[in-house]
Amino acid sequence: METLKKEVQEINTVKSVKMSGAEAVIRCLLEEGSTLAYGYPGGAIMPVYDELYKYREQFHHVLSRHEQGAIHSAQGFARVTGKVGVVFATSGPGATNLVTGIADAQIDSTPLICITGQVGSHLLGSDAFQETDIIGISTPVTKWNYQITKASEIPAVFAKAFYIAKSGRPGPVLIDITKDAQFGELDFSYNKCVKVRSYKAIPTLNIEKVKEAAVLINAAKKPMIVFGQGVILGSAENEFKNFIEKTGIPSACTGLGLSALETDHPLHVGMVGMHGNYGPNVLTNQCDVLIAIGMRFDDRVTGNLNTYAKQAKIIHFEIDPSEVDKNVKTDVAVLGTVKESLVEVMQFVNKGNHSEWMKEFHKLYEIEKEVVINDQLNPTKEGLTMSEVLAGINKETKGEAVIVSDVGQHQMIAWRYAKFTKTRSNITSGGLGTMGFALPAAIGAKMGAPDREVIAIIGDGGYQMTIQELGTILQTKAAVKIVVLNNSFLGMVRQWQELFFDRRYASTVMTNPDFVKIAEGYSIEANRVSKREDLADAIKKMTDSKEAYFLEVVIEPESNVFPMIPTGASVSDIRLT
Amino acid sequence: MEEKKNYTVSVYTENNIGILNRLSAIFLKRHINIESMTVSESEIEHVHRFTFVVIVTETLIRKVVLQLEKQIEVIGAFFHTEEEIIYHETALFKISSEHLYDENIQNKLKFRRAHIIAITERYFVIEASGLKEDIDNMYQKLKHYGLMQFVRSGRIAISRPRMAISDVLKEIAPEGEKSEDRSQKTEVQRII
Repeated sequence: METLKKEVQEINTVKSVKMSGAEAVIRCLLEEGSTLAYGYPGGAIMPVYDELYKYREQFHHVLSRHEQGAIHSAQGFARVTGKVGVVFATSGPGATNLVTGIADAQIDSTPLICITGQVGSHLLGSDAFQETDIIGISTPVTKWNYQITKASEIPAVFAKAFYIAKSGRPGPVLIDITKDAQFGELDFSYNKCVKVRSYKAIPTLNIEKVKEAAVLINAAKKPMIVFGQGVILGSAENEFKNFIEKTGIPSACTGLGLSALETDHPLHVGMVGMHGNYGPNVLTNQCDVLIAIGMRFDDRVTGNLNTYAKQAKIIHFEIDPSEVDKNVKTDVAVLGTVKESLVEVMQFVNKGNHSEWMKEFHKLYEIEKEVVINDQLNPTKEGLTMSEVLAGINKETKGEAVIVSDVGQHQMIAWRYAKFTKTRSNITSGGLGTMGFALPAAIGAKMGAPDREVIAIIGDGGYQMTIQELGTILQTKAAVKIVVLNNSFLGMVRQWQELFFDRRYASTVMTNPDFVKIAEGYSIEANRVSKREDLADAIKKMTDSKEAYFLEVVIEPESNVFPMIPTGASVSDIRLT
Repeated sequence: MEEKKNYTVSVYTENNIGILNRLSAIFLKRHINIESMTVSESEIEHVHRFTFVVIVTETLIRKVVLQLEKQIEVIGAFFHTEEEIIYHETALFKISSEHLYDENIQNKLKFRRAHIIAITERYFVIEASGLKEDIDNMYQKLKHYGLMQFVRSGRIAISRPRMAISDVLKEIAPEGEKSEDRSQKTEVQRII
């Protein structure tokens, strides 16, 4: 405790009041402006739940149906709002059920505070009922974690936790609180944390590096931008748009960068990566300067590193020093927030126009359209494609919806075909690829953006991983629209089996229940379509609904997502068929 | 293939529970074996220093050090090659007292940084310190006497070049007068 005091700098002292540790937990959350949490009660967190009951007018708690559902909901809320998501769980299984969501939030830089109950401090290490070492378990997948054993530690630890979760590159923080610390009494006063001495949230911007980057950008004949979620996390959408419009550089996004720039922007040339667009993938290996902005060169983006953009000078705008040169060796690294760096670099870059170079992207897009897209959107086969469902949704929502995707083929189709006009509209599990993410995340997203249409696009596999969250929808009346694209397969794995394992469909065939009946069992209006002529009306009926709605679309079972960069191949060897 | 070398990694951290777990997880996730590890207080109050020895490539150690430094409670992390440090290990040998007056043992003690630190009726204890190789040599020579117990410490190391940690430490703990004077040694560039 003494050390903790030394490590942090604080502001805003609130007058001291006596209260229990459990009450202090709620008060800390309120002090941080948090009024909503997801969770599941249990023995070791009961004192906190008792306070949640007393504070129910000021603080809203959503009862999920499984802790994994709770944390994904908190992620959905955090992703759509930019605020810190809050989750409660009890000790033991409650805490371990959070782990998938914590790992997901860590790899996708989502700010979360996970609060777990723990057995009394006198029982620690004794294998007590529902005791688990959640600090040990969560260490590799949290930005920070801490075990509170005394009530008096609560305010300082929460202040530090919020600061760490949301500052710099955001991430999940876990606070484990022993039961005696929840029951214990403290003199409550709250000081917001503004600095932790051992932690530099944002690296100091080096103006020389900015100038070096500008020199390369100004000299480039065939520059290309790849932008990622950093633009969104750093609220730098406007600065980013100003930058590309001034320089005229073709810009491609990563999966998590989607929606940072509206899809129809003339400089938006699509998405890079394994199932990204043909043009930006191929031209990655032809550009002369590659400008990476708020992205981390994930292997799903780069393909084979030995053949990735070897001809190009690489500029990396990045907040996290450990990402620089981690996968791709950069020529100029500009450390700092994307926002500040882009504002600075604007002073040094020339107004540019790369229309000739842009034509290369258009040319390749036409090829992709002819070989892949046309057939996806206007198929000649009888079976419905996932892409035409997305096109139908675009038509109804005009690109204004929040699209929450799960993991698999439907996710790649959603990334490829969903149109976005607003930032923070693509909520998805990118880095970890967590099946079961979308349904609970959509609940959180709807609560974070109640005035927006929130549509979850889910496969029949992932849907059944967290299907119990229909209960949360029933109880909270969260008006999420659920679209299950049902091909009765674990589609992406099946696609790989078809392409790389001689069609040996090992455990990818799904015998599914009647999803409509299940939704109806939860009092959710539900519909199923399997014919092309019914699709448009079905989507319209769904988007017209003011309440939660379930739509199952029966999809052609054995269709594949293309283009595709096979594992280990170069981005320029992307396959169209 | 890039050459693997011995690297000594010094990590300055807050003195909190769980840091060791957090640091070792970084090595674990990249499948790196820790050859030796020592933890102690540093020149600054409440700041601990971890000294790890690992055998990896320079490319990898650079990445690892950045990931160590990224941990919230890590104040600074550095890596050095063997040439850049002065290092030491200590070992204790417990030997049956029947050999106490053996001339060979006595001779060995004369020529090395080794001495007897405890004698009882049944056994005596030799302490030796030096480089890893010195301890290895000593072990080879003494093992014939039937070692009752043998233990050796991890490496402790002081860098020859100045570490930029001195500035960081000064900033966070101004009372840290013990930290090195800026003008004294050549600056080691931090990685970024």
